[in-house]
Amino acid sequence: MSQENILEVDNIDVFHGSFQALWDISLQVKKGEMLALIGANTAGKSTLLDAISGLNHPRKGTIRFQGRDITHLEPYQIVDLGITQVPEGRGIFPEMSVLANLLMGSYTKHARTNRNQNLATVYEHFPILKMRKNQVAKTLSGGEQQMLVIGRALMADPKLIMIDEMSLGLAPIVINEIFKTLRGIRQAGLTILFVEQNVKKSIEESDRAYILENGRIALSGNSAELRESEAVRKAYFGI
Amino acid sequence: MTGDFLTPLIMGILLGGLYIIIALGLSLVFGVMRLVNLAHGDLVILGSYLSYTIFTSIGLDPILSLVITIPVLFGLGFLIQQYLLRRAFSISGEAPLIIAFGISLILQNFNQVIWTPLSRGISTGYSMSSFFLGSRQFPISYLMDFIAAVVVMLALREFLSRTYLGRAITAASQNRRSAQLMGVNTRMIYGFAFGIAMISAAIAGVFLGMTFPFTPVSGTQFLIIAFGVVIIGGLGSLFGTFLGGLILGLVQTFSSYFLGSASQMLFVYLAVLIVLAFRPQGLFGR
Repeated sequence: MSQENILEVDNIDVFHGSFQALWDISLQVKKGEMLALIGANTAGKSTLLDAISGLNHPRKGTIRFQGRDITHLEPYQIVDLGITQVPEGRGIFPEMSVLANLLMGSYTKHARTNRNQNLATVYEHFPILKMRKNQVAKTLSGGEQQMLVIGRALMADPKLIMIDEMSLGLAPIVINEIFKTLRGIRQAGLTILFVEQNVKKSIEESDRAYILENGRIALSGNSAELRESEAVRKAYFGI
Repeated sequence: MTGDFLTPLIMGILLGGLYIIIALGLSLVFGVMRLVNLAHGDLVILGSYLSYTIFTSIGLDPILSLVITIPVLFGLGFLIQQYLLRRAFSISGEAPLIIAFGISLILQNFNQVIWTPLSRGISTGYSMSSFFLGSRQFPISYLMDFIAAVVVMLALREFLSRTYLGRAITAASQNRRSAQLMGVNTRMIYGFAFGIAMISAAIAGVFLGMTFPFTPVSGTQFLIIAFGVVIIGGLGSLFGTFLGGLILGLVQTFSSYFLGSASQMLFVYLAVLIVLAFRPQGLFGR
């Protein structure tokens, strides 16, 4: 796979107040790939997604999306360009209906024009959301809420979708089902970056992977190679 | 008089209408921005004064004067949020509260300077007249309050649930981060939310002015009533605000009916206290 890079992160430092969370991170996302960002709880995965989304601007380094410098753009501008983050911890709008949640996904100007078409696509990927469209979002199960936030992100008509820790607290069977849907979404031409703690699963599901440790990139490469690599096997698979 | 519960019942419901409109803006700002807007009552009274001045100077009907006062108060609210509160929000949770208190003091003194401490009222031919239900007589102004409350409530509900801007305001109030990730410019949204709360303040102001006399410092009194409404109903819930207003109106008229008008506010506060003690999130709060 030698396509062009859709996203390029170059040497960024990101802070939470005075605490430095990311150190000199560089990362490339290729167009159309499924990329895994793996790491333990405090490794800085979510911080990296927030930096890309414009919620926490880096103090150093640049972020480019489709060749354009987005390092200091505001979150709403970045969404409009085509990067949508799926927040962890079921970031639904709890008191709104499932449909209203999905419609919020199509908030940006360019997403509004394709709204009905995107809604039909989301219902195709997640038929359960269509069945529950008038239900208040907080009454959905954990898995359904995860489907809802992914569906909501798809409503934004993104080119790159970044999914933060979706498997948190979900049953393996539900996780497998969602990954299956993601493969379908990716087939349709979307680029997917997902963040996970589970090394084995992430490497299985991705084309390439980056492993973060304490705010630095410890390892990266093709998932197939990483699976065979001695270092990964020792450190993460315990064999 | 004995046994005639209908009079206080109807008066209470109609009066509740006025309280609902006054409280809606307070509830909206709290729901979206988590700010208890201590200046809300004074902004309502500013609306009363503006309508009063337009009515007495150029003779424009007070209800029609909303054509002027609504944009003025919307703009004022938007500017207050964008230039005063927004910075305060980035400092601490208390800073905007203090700013709001400051705005309240400035408005009260501004009112004194411009309109003198004299008590004013917006009296048109129709707002002074009465209507009859059987043999019972009620002020038309109370009926207008209630109708206005229902109209404003429904309009606000439709706006919040059907328009992109309204849904963005609702979404930002439920999960600010997710709203940002969906492309909502939350800074602008807060400005609009405050502006919309001020539209309701303009409407509350004109109907308040036609119902009760007001002075430069009346804002505090009506802020407390609005507090009562949202405490009973639950902050940030439209339906709760509606019922909270009715309950407060009814408590006031019934205690006045049974125990005399001197103690009516005592029982209003007592009702608020009881709700706070047993259901601090309000009867319909989340």
